Amino acid sequence: MGERKIRILIAKPGLDGHDRGAKYIARALRDAGMEVVYTGIRQTPEAIAAAAVQEDVDFVGLSLLSGAHNHLFPEVARQLSARGASDIILFGGGVIPDEDIPGLKTAGFRAIFTPGASASEVVEFVEKEFEAGATAGTRA
Amino acid sequence: MSAIDPVHLAGLVRRGDLRGLARALTVVENGGPEASVLMHKLYDPSPASRSVGLTGPPGAGKSSLADVLIAHWKSRGRRPGVIAVDPSSPFSGGAILGDRLRMQRHACDPDVFIRSMGSRGHIGGLASSTAQAAEVLAAGGFDPVLIETVGVGQGEIEVVSVADQTVLVLVPGLGDDVQMMKAGIMEIGDLIVLNKADRPGMDQLETVVRASLEFVREGRPVPQVVKCSVATGEGLEDLFSKLDDLLSSGRDFEAVRRGRVRENLLRVAAEQGTRFALELLERSYGIEKAVDMVLAGETTPYEIGERIAALSGRAPV
Repeated sequence: MGERKIRILIAKPGLDGHDRGAKYIARALRDAGMEVVYTGIRQTPEAIAAAAVQEDVDFVGLSLLSGAHNHLFPEVARQLSARGASDIILFGGGVIPDEDIPGLKTAGFRAIFTPGASASEVVEFVEKEFEAGATAGTRA
Repeated sequence: MSAIDPVHLAGLVRRGDLRGLARALTVVENGGPEASVLMHKLYDPSPASRSVGLTGPPGAGKSSLADVLIAHWKSRGRRPGVIAVDPSSPFSGGAILGDRLRMQRHACDPDVFIRSMGSRGHIGGLASSTAQAAEVLAAGGFDPVLIETVGVGQGEIEVVSVADQTVLVLVPGLGDDVQMMKAGIMEIGDLIVLNKADRPGMDQLETVVRASLEFVREGRPVPQVVKCSVATGEGLEDLFSKLDDLLSSGRDFEAVRRGRVRENLLRVAAEQGTRFALELLERSYGIEKAVDMVLAGETTPYEIGERIAALSGRAPV
């Protein structure tokens, strides 16, 4: 009792239906002992942020392969802020050109994983960020 | 951070603050002294909110039924809450919480609150803190509160003691009438929903279910049976009206409430007892040391257990 589990929401904003990557990452995080809320494809930024608040997740991971990341990713960050939940750590993945990454980081994304990144890199990122947050006392 | 102060959180829950409610659910889920304080603050022996358990085998359509029930209750001006439990891996402790996927169209509605929980090693079809989580949702003004169990087999019937009413969802193709004779799952359910009525095998399912109801224990109301298909919408109106009737009048809630308070008391005592006994074991032997002693043939787990019990009798209250 009293054990704190890492909770993560994995979602796909926008219109592409390619969810293999998202499901693969969800499973890898599960196998690393985390609780992964999977909300599926074609989610609006509002629905993703509302779900993240209700589920009280520590992280939101977005996957997008349609090219609309420069619009949809920052919109999720804005929706979280609007709900007083900007402490939730954001990361993203998908077909994202290198030149777009600095802009997404400015928008609040702590990490962007591009094709070729391994699942263990994502797990490691989450564990490290959670550890840092727990030490800083920002989360329960 | 003030947001984790349980007294403060209890205030946020009562004021209808959704983020505070979500945080409170996390506190309850993680357990420990903060959870006790929070539940103490929110405790209501006679809640106005009703709870509905939704149980059945994996893939029976529980989450899809939850989705249409939310829409129905919303259309009646109610504020439904959902606790959806999925299994945690016994190996990694992780979980994929996927029930929400079927209800995600309600995500942005401030009058619907959906929370997923991993079972976290608890057996019985729920997480150990699911009952408290449902109480927190009720304290936050959500009514009714739907409690969706993990996909159950034959014996996971804990939801019956947690929810005011239980809906058992069955689908064609689960097995023959001998399955229906087995103890456990077929003995529960205030309402039995035969879902996927558009699939073959429905007539046979209905026959064996109705036959099994002839043997309902004496003094217990015979569950109603509804045939429906969430996919086609067939039979859903019938399901809604039967369930709402049950919720508004069906049962003697006074008697149920006494049983509920009693269960709650026993559960809290058992949890504290377990923690206390493990602390005693650790302090008086050291768990690994005790394992060594048993392996070396110096004592047995039973003797250690008796000694711990004797020690606890002398402990200050």
